[in-house]
Amino acid sequence: MSGQQKKRLTVAVTGMNAKPDNPGPGLAVARCLKEAYGDDIRIIGLGYDVLDAGLYLHECCDSGYLLPYPSAGEKPLMERMHFIQDEESIDLLIPCLDAELLSFSRLQLEFEAMGIRMLIPNVAQLRDRNKDRLGELAHSAGIRYPETKNISNMQFFYTCHEDGWKYPMVVKGIFYDATIVQNADEGAAAFRNIAASWGYPVLVQRYVQGHEVNLTAVGDGKGKLLGSVMMRKQAVTDKGKAWACVTIEDERLQQDALKLVEALQWAGPLEVEMLKEENGQYLLIEINPRFPAWVYLAAAAGSNLPAALVNLVMERPVKFSKATTGMMMIRYAQETVINLATFEAMTMNGHYAHTENGSEVGDE
Amino acid sequence: MNQLTQNDTAMDSEIISDMFPSAEIMRRLALNDSGFVFDPVNGRSFSANAVGLYVLRFLQHSSNANALLDAIEGDFEVTRAVAQRDIADFSGQLRKFLS
Repeated sequence: MSGQQKKRLTVAVTGMNAKPDNPGPGLAVARCLKEAYGDDIRIIGLGYDVLDAGLYLHECCDSGYLLPYPSAGEKPLMERMHFIQDEESIDLLIPCLDAELLSFSRLQLEFEAMGIRMLIPNVAQLRDRNKDRLGELAHSAGIRYPETKNISNMQFFYTCHEDGWKYPMVVKGIFYDATIVQNADEGAAAFRNIAASWGYPVLVQRYVQGHEVNLTAVGDGKGKLLGSVMMRKQAVTDKGKAWACVTIEDERLQQDALKLVEALQWAGPLEVEMLKEENGQYLLIEINPRFPAWVYLAAAAGSNLPAALVNLVMERPVKFSKATTGMMMIRYAQETVINLATFEAMTMNGHYAHTENGSEVGDE
Repeated sequence: MNQLTQNDTAMDSEIISDMFPSAEIMRRLALNDSGFVFDPVNGRSFSANAVGLYVLRFLQHSSNANALLDAIEGDFEVTRAVAQRDIADFSGQLRKFLS
């Protein structure tokens, strides 16, 4: 129909936590979408904590809601999503946190019934890229992977030399966190911390020297890798997260990521993390089932993957552009200031919306 | 004298084929007049002096060792022996940066 007004999209984005040493990807995804769509999009920020700063940044989020933590179960999540959907009429949701993906994947049909579209991996695809199964996937795809062992007892660190393990080694949580430990006592301490945060199993991985190269892209669910953007980490935070990085074009990384996407028939955003050893060999470190926190670099380099994902899911014309190499990102911290009424609204009602006259309101 | 000439020739041919990274790697480098060099595959950047930049530009278009040494001798007023020594040093640094 000629002259038909283009519908203003409403897109919900999770992962609005923004601690400088380990920010969630949601804020970067929202920034990409705002940059691509401007006033033609409404971003609904979904967070888990009243101190998730992204929820209050009106240049990125038009409205913010708290969700129940994944540990609360799927029923409270769906009740909350039904309430939010009644308020906001969300067209599409982009989950950005590893720990929530399984619930969102299991509930995908219910989300669709509510009118909320998503392009995310199914439960089997998620399971196959879990850190405790990644070795099998890498083997089947013909990709090298550092020896990794699931452990449930810290005694491992005091006896591991009997099985040929040497320090340093890497201790990893099933969802997040990785710590390089130099001796048994450090290993036991890391084990306790990680088990307390992320549960069991805890993983130990052989330490390999090299530099990290990452790729982010969108899998179409049929084995294709759309719009890949690659970067090399130049500096990391204490948690090993990218603080500065530069876009690159690494054919080997691209080919390995394609093998993984083909093997998994991956649907949705992903990040492939690999280590390039000094001898030029590559090792798979992990696959994250979401856009990374550095995804704004991809957009600034000419490949706005979140915007392309929205077009793909909404069945609009979509173009995955090639990113320019040599574009460099340096992350910085900045404060946002909110008044007591805003904080009260989020604390008491789990919601705040920025209005056009600049005031903030909570409801419910 | 003949022996010296033969040794020089052997070293000249070694310079390009064995000492420097491959021609493919050399060609992919982004070079700026300021001497700033960026490798778009491994993401590393570094700066080269005027002679280094000259060598990098040369190697992007040619792998003729004798021609490179002739050019350096002519354009920078150094002896062939000094040019060979400097190129050997430079190639070692390049291998480290471009691995």
